[in-house]
Amino acid sequence: MKKGSFVSVADLSKEDILRLIRKTAEFEENPNRTVLEGKICATLFFEPSTRTRLSFETAVNRLGGRVIGFSDAATTSSSKGETLKDTVKMVGNYADLIIMRHYLEGAARYASEIADVPVINAGDGANQHPSQTMLDLYSIHKTQGTLEDLTVTMVGDLKYGRTIHSLIVGMSHFRPSFRFIAPDELRLPETYRQFMDNHGLRYEEFTEFSEDVINESDILYMTRVQRERFTDLMEYEKVKNVYTLHSDMLTGSRDNLRILHPLPRVNEIMYDVDDSPKAYYFEQAKNGVYARQAIICDALKL
Amino acid sequence: MGKQNKKELQIAALENGTVIDHIPSEQLFKVVSLLGIENLKTPVTIGYNLDSKKMGKKGILKIAGKFFEQDEINRIALIAPSVKLNIIRDYEVVEKKYARLPDTLLGIAKCNNPKCITNNEPVRTRFTVTDRENVTLKCEYCELKTKKEDIELL
Repeated sequence: MKKGSFVSVADLSKEDILRLIRKTAEFEENPNRTVLEGKICATLFFEPSTRTRLSFETAVNRLGGRVIGFSDAATTSSSKGETLKDTVKMVGNYADLIIMRHYLEGAARYASEIADVPVINAGDGANQHPSQTMLDLYSIHKTQGTLEDLTVTMVGDLKYGRTIHSLIVGMSHFRPSFRFIAPDELRLPETYRQFMDNHGLRYEEFTEFSEDVINESDILYMTRVQRERFTDLMEYEKVKNVYTLHSDMLTGSRDNLRILHPLPRVNEIMYDVDDSPKAYYFEQAKNGVYARQAIICDALKL
Repeated sequence: MGKQNKKELQIAALENGTVIDHIPSEQLFKVVSLLGIENLKTPVTIGYNLDSKKMGKKGILKIAGKFFEQDEINRIALIAPSVKLNIIRDYEVVEKKYARLPDTLLGIAKCNNPKCITNNEPVRTRFTVTDRENVTLKCEYCELKTKKEDIELL
């Protein structure tokens, strides 16, 4: 792997995470710097993702770099049958950095082995989306003043939610205590329960979304329960409104509680929560640009 | 020569080479292919479904003029963990070797995730052994873990 590539949260040490958080804070203070002047960054989005792409491209632009790339594989030669290898090799000759989203799992690791320039993973199938995890970690650190010894409650689709899985791995360095709230069909997979056991992390699982759990949390991480994840639609109808947060559920919560959500939200957070000072999901999204500025500079050793 | 002796001599003695013993019968031909034995030009005797006190039925390979490196042998640890290799020189066993599961398996197993890059592009598979005792592999690309009973060889 090329030194500097940013592929998986599992590759990051505690020091890496803390260094990236420090850099992110610097960019939040002063987002416009011209450290990328004269550099070209390629955004290769084999699968559309408007939010992530715009966030990365904003980050590059704020750093004074230039962007080439595509936002949909249908317009590229991969639709003519070109392999990922050839595309990445070619673009690596043009650009100083590759930012890639791909629908296949492991695509980013593979690209990082092929390319002569660093590769940043902007999502590879259901596997990893490490820049999302960095902005989540930054948001937690910023609102709590630390990452250590926090109680983090995760709600919704814990089975397929890759942001959930990556956040567990990212937080694992900081002695967290987790609470997981999900219907049986969307329970956290065994491999992550095993991961927590191996790392000696405390966790509890619930099927009921109760105020008792909210009241003992520092972070409430909400995710969307998606209809298409259910084999039994009756089951979906039963649970679809159960994992919804209303503002009156927050009355007994801690002052430092903050609500996060990777967005887009549908109905899992009611709009009356938006006015609560504990709602942090829009700021969280804004932190995405700063976190990505930090990741880009780190990858290029700037 | 008595009847008993004739039975033992079903497979000819080897002057120089390697005898691989205790191969599970059902894995014998997989072992042949993993070690690239079909490409050898030297004489090879293949014993299949032989009686074994320990294993019930077993396979044996006698390969003349061939000595394996340890990492070649390790390729078969996944499917035949209890194999024993006798290194023969001048009709004598001069060394015994065993297969050890390596930390990384290159191009041996298939990833069970259909959406893994290794199943969609010409990429050599690479797994880390995350649990030696129960044999669990983790794909270094898509990060999916595969348990022993689900491992499929290429």
